[in-house]
Amino acid sequence: MTAVVPAGRGQLDVAAIREDFPILRQRVHGHPLVYLDNAATTQKPQAVIDRLVRYYAEENANVHRGVHTLSARATDAYDAARETVRCFLNAGAAREIIFVRGATEGINLVAQTYGRAHVRAGDEIVISEMEHHSNIVPWQMLCAETGARLRVVPMTDAGELRLDQYERLLTDRTRLVAVTHVSNALGTINPVRSIVALAHARGVPVLVDGAQAVAHTRVDVRALDCDFYVFSGHKVLGPTGIGALYGRAALLESMPPYQGGGDMISSVTFERTLYNELPYKYEAGTPNIGGAVGLAAAIDYLTAVGLDLVAAHEHDLLAYGTAALSHIPGLRLTGTAAEKAGILAFVLEDAHPHDIGTILDRAGVAIRAGHHCCQPLMARLGVPATARASLALYNTREDVDALVAALRTVQEVFA
Amino acid sequence: MSADLDDLYQEVILDHNRRPRNFRALTDGRKAEGYNPLCGDRLTVYLHVDGDVITDISFQGSGCAISKASASLMTESVKGKTIAEATALFDRFRDMIMAPSEAPPADLGKLTALAGVRQFPVRVKCASLAWHTLKAAAEARDEMVSTE
Repeated sequence: MTAVVPAGRGQLDVAAIREDFPILRQRVHGHPLVYLDNAATTQKPQAVIDRLVRYYAEENANVHRGVHTLSARATDAYDAARETVRCFLNAGAAREIIFVRGATEGINLVAQTYGRAHVRAGDEIVISEMEHHSNIVPWQMLCAETGARLRVVPMTDAGELRLDQYERLLTDRTRLVAVTHVSNALGTINPVRSIVALAHARGVPVLVDGAQAVAHTRVDVRALDCDFYVFSGHKVLGPTGIGALYGRAALLESMPPYQGGGDMISSVTFERTLYNELPYKYEAGTPNIGGAVGLAAAIDYLTAVGLDLVAAHEHDLLAYGTAALSHIPGLRLTGTAAEKAGILAFVLEDAHPHDIGTILDRAGVAIRAGHHCCQPLMARLGVPATARASLALYNTREDVDALVAALRTVQEVFA
Repeated sequence: MSADLDDLYQEVILDHNRRPRNFRALTDGRKAEGYNPLCGDRLTVYLHVDGDVITDISFQGSGCAISKASASLMTESVKGKTIAEATALFDRFRDMIMAPSEAPPADLGKLTALAGVRQFPVRVKCASLAWHTLKAAAEARDEMVSTE
């Protein structure tokens, strides 16, 4: 792989990293691409692209079935990918890692399995005001099915969860807490360890949505002590359609399966089916083998670069971007928590986010404009939408400068 | 700034965005609400109809410059027209904003100011939201119109 060696003094060699991402070489509307939509999806390094090609060119077969050489090769690659994810999250055992399509499927899996086994009428599920729709709707569906109730932890205007209110929402009716690690719309890093400790003090398990966290900060599920952790591969330099759910083994053992089908069984008769052991119990059907292998390559790449260096680089860029945007008259940052990961969300007086997005695109600057799948959060902020620039390891101060310059054009248009 | 942006954000559009015409509620008439779930644009179109003639029209809501200017220009261009004429105008307007970007813009009077949308296919829904909503109000459909 094209591993990047840090450029000394504990700094990321961003120029070398950018060379690893072929998509960044292109021009958009005559300008060099400035990709600042990393919270939506990250770009892929050549190492991941090459790994996918090699898998399909040399190793492709179905897993866990064939006696032939290719099947063994594919199975080995798939099992190795699971071990890579285990190591990435510092889970205790590979059987606690379930491959899913992404964070969304991971949450739905827990809602449907843990929910079916443990949630009854009158019970409560606690989520927060800053959740993505993917960590709201599956719980609403569960509540509608069971007669349980959704409780919502409020946040401050800066975008920090009100832990005092959270504590009050934890009662003997609470069956699960589901909360995001890092907010996709605000950038807030939530105090997950405290959230988990407070829930565990009442015997309540916690699911953490790590979709926006894993590419930007080191995650250790055992240190967090959470019960479930989900993330999407495509937001961490990997392919789309693959992600992982970490679940504490004892919980995964106690829950019913998610989908029925091949691979998740140990024996089937028309009278009775015995389910397979972990993790296969939750992986019905032929899995996304190529995706898992590509995800492992992405994790290997990120690990070789060094997550701590990535986090420090993005933190520096975030501070630089926050200062630069703060100097733009009429611009208001949405999400000013003390602990933030690389999200710069904002609104401009006189210019709608959609218009900002169009004008920035013509300058080659890709950002997201809209509600970011957080409509309740937008309502809380009192805005219909925001513009959002989101950072990754390959972004530079020049990228932030290009954003600021393009925002000046927006202001000229709408002056 | 690029030429296609100049085409999109013409002075007429910016003016109607800043000072939308007929931006108020009407009582005692028909109304419909339009919503674009992709970007959160939301507007209500109010209508007074006498026989088949649109005697008054107004709108309220929030949205991007294109959706607001389009709604404002629409209210100016359909007032006094029959519903059939307004519907026909919508068809011609839609053809104009969805035409290939190299095609010469059709002449739709002041609505021609929105011809620049042709070069921005993702903004077609912004420009047409008000018209879809007008159609629902004219048909007295008491439901939310969505662009999706």
